[in-house]
Amino acid sequence: MAIALVLVLVVVGSVLFHFLSPWWWTPIASNWDYIDNTIIITFWITGVVFAAVILFMAYCVFRFRHREGNQAAYEPENKRLEWWLTIVTAIGVTALLVPGLFVWSQFVNVPSDATVVEVVGQQWQWSFRLPGKDGKLGTSDTSNVTAENPLGVIADDPNGQDDLVVEAADLHLPVGKPVKMLLRSIDVLHDFYVPEFRAKMDMIPGSVTYFWFTPTKTGTFQVLCAELCGQGHPLMHGVVMVDTQEDYLAWLGEQQTFAQLSAPQQVGSAE
Amino acid sequence: MVDTTPADAIPPAEVAEMELYHPHSWWTKYVFSQDAKVIAIQYSATATAIGMVALVLSWMMRLQLGFPGTFDFITPEAYYQFITMHGMIMVIYLLTALFLGGFGNYLIPLMVGARDMVFPYVNMLSYWIYLLAVLVLVSSFFAPGGPTGAGWTLYPPQAIMTGTPGGQDWGIMLMLVSLILFIIGFTMGGLNYVVTVLQARTRGMTLMRLPLTVWGIFTATVMALLAFPALFVACVMMLFDRALGTSFFMPAIVEMGEQLQHGGGSPILFQHLFWFFGHPEVYIVALPAFGIVSDLISTHARKNIFGYRMMVWAIVGIGALSFVVWAHHMYVSGMHPYFGFFFATTTLVIAVPTAIKVYNWVLTLWRGDIHLTIPMLFALAFIVTFVNGGLTGLFLGNVVVDVPLSDTMFVVAHFHMVMGVAPILVIFGAIYHWYPKVTGRMLNEAMGQFHFWVTFLGAYLIFFPMHYIGLMGVPRRYNELTDMTVMTESAHNLNAFISIMAFLVGFAQVVFLFNLIWSIRHGREAGGNPWRATTLEWQTPETPPAHGNFGKELPIVYRWAYDYSVPGAKEDFIPQNVPGSFGSSREPA
Repeated sequence: MAIALVLVLVVVGSVLFHFLSPWWWTPIASNWDYIDNTIIITFWITGVVFAAVILFMAYCVFRFRHREGNQAAYEPENKRLEWWLTIVTAIGVTALLVPGLFVWSQFVNVPSDATVVEVVGQQWQWSFRLPGKDGKLGTSDTSNVTAENPLGVIADDPNGQDDLVVEAADLHLPVGKPVKMLLRSIDVLHDFYVPEFRAKMDMIPGSVTYFWFTPTKTGTFQVLCAELCGQGHPLMHGVVMVDTQEDYLAWLGEQQTFAQLSAPQQVGSAE
Repeated sequence: MVDTTPADAIPPAEVAEMELYHPHSWWTKYVFSQDAKVIAIQYSATATAIGMVALVLSWMMRLQLGFPGTFDFITPEAYYQFITMHGMIMVIYLLTALFLGGFGNYLIPLMVGARDMVFPYVNMLSYWIYLLAVLVLVSSFFAPGGPTGAGWTLYPPQAIMTGTPGGQDWGIMLMLVSLILFIIGFTMGGLNYVVTVLQARTRGMTLMRLPLTVWGIFTATVMALLAFPALFVACVMMLFDRALGTSFFMPAIVEMGEQLQHGGGSPILFQHLFWFFGHPEVYIVALPAFGIVSDLISTHARKNIFGYRMMVWAIVGIGALSFVVWAHHMYVSGMHPYFGFFFATTTLVIAVPTAIKVYNWVLTLWRGDIHLTIPMLFALAFIVTFVNGGLTGLFLGNVVVDVPLSDTMFVVAHFHMVMGVAPILVIFGAIYHWYPKVTGRMLNEAMGQFHFWVTFLGAYLIFFPMHYIGLMGVPRRYNELTDMTVMTESAHNLNAFISIMAFLVGFAQVVFLFNLIWSIRHGREAGGNPWRATTLEWQTPETPPAHGNFGKELPIVYRWAYDYSVPGAKEDFIPQNVPGSFGSSREPA
């Protein structure tokens, strides 16, 4: 008997916890409120199913508990009921899947006006590279990485000379402009994750992965690593500052190009 | 459809009775035994022992997460070693070994009406190789550098690099060797379970008369035989990468400013191999639980399982589908994004047969005669946690919803609820259910009640709130939650609460272990069939069953496993080996 009451309390408690507890997602700062909406749809559908199944079970336990002289019904199958339940479930699942896939197709198709930023992960810090005036990033290779060329940019590639290299410092982005994050690692798996942007993606040594988003709020946001990368994993924090266009251009002007960074070293080797 | 053939039309025996090796000494009876029942107890005891290690490791983690900075001995290295070993032990060395090696060995021959497994000697070897695998695993705690801290997924490249505990020491090598041994041992047992179900069923025991417990364990074993080879090759390749310097999973890498002698390998290939095993593994644990809980509910509600044939096809369907959903663990791994469309669809399709199983369990309760025994309580608690964990699977399986949630505490809460808590609740229910057959005595009821309530409510209070910490954006596998903007003060308090619950639930398991030992001598005498159940293991001439299980004559099966409360029958159950037609039994066929 206690179990029937507890089952009801589990449902009531879970629903109250969901609506009343202070633990909820951080305010969004990107265009991916579609994802938040899909989560809300999912909460509603799954919440209703959870409550319905458990409350029905509680009712059964109460109503059909053993008492002297009771006998269970004998009903091996009920084709109609089984098919109905299957169809209703299939509809519910479709209602979750269709909006999910629709938003996923937006997530994987980058708008053509998106600017490109490269993120490079290594144990345990973040670096960044932005295209220079030519709007193109030069090619890179992990086997080119040295102390002077921490991102492994290929020096022969003319596209790479004017790239802006931001080593182990904050990244700035302009508000309201779509940006494609190209993700690269030079050692192990990492994952570039800013909870407020809702998007994340692993970075794999030897490959370039990506995701895109549009920052919608100015401010300072914390970057976390979301893929286990060794014992420094939880300390691999970074900072993304979303600026107004003006502030962004000012910051951009202070950054050094790959050519500038490698120049003193070339002079040094000539001596 | 109603079976119109007379119940007495039993086919003649096709295969001659097997000759059993009868033990000559204490050693061959209790240690190097070829009796599946002894092997089952050996498997179960070993799995429980190593499971206790995993339980203590989880306490260590919760100490660190609930009370950060208080316990100096939990260094970052130690924390990662604890989570890795906890995960690997629970998934492989406890759950897989206990469901298949433990319950599989004990129940399959008894339930299908066989004298033993068909290859008893290989079955014995299976256990000893499993024990060796466990010992190699345990030895890594004492090896230089300690066990691996690569996370239970062992993702390269970090798993074999210096930044990870055990990566360039012994830890990772011992882990891989132990897994390889486990798979060899499992294959020996697994072939036995499959062949026994297919070849050694007694006369009259058609496939569609098998109890769902056997269907669940059988399907899980077939899946394991197909899935473990993927893990096997992944382990061998990583062992080569680590020990011989090959580059199966290692691209060009600069580690702490130094170029490594690797190049051209693919880290993501390992992930595909791992999850091609890893996702079926979830169902390798879940399907035996599905089968067992069906029988618990049916027996203790005195009612046939609702929709038996649908239940069988759902088990088989889930087993097949689970081989085409693996990459839903890799939505944000950087694989081609178009894979997401395919794997999200297959993943959500699998929800349909799974939901049917839940409906049928609940509909079995409907108009039943529910005895709220301890096994029934655990079965009800299983439904709560499984429905909860299954539904959060619809978040993570729906590719775009997974993007913000993956690699957060939401995932940790989800998989603990659905493949940790839920199957373990079934294991407990099953132990309370079958303990009287194994020992001849009942487990103590008062201790059982305490164990049930603390475990069920405690586990729910641990993992339900944890979803919301993940929703806030807190990543998993962090030993330090300080200096994080998403982690609020109140969330730290919630973490402390979760930790206290974890200690309580752990304590209840100590009471349970005490009960297991205490009741061997002091439990109430059970008799041969205390639950008045229909399946063959309850109809043995002796309890506990002797070597050979069924005395002189093997039982003959005349009916399905679920003739409970047949209208017109004298009692509310008719064992499978009772001939004759009673009242209006309508066996689906």
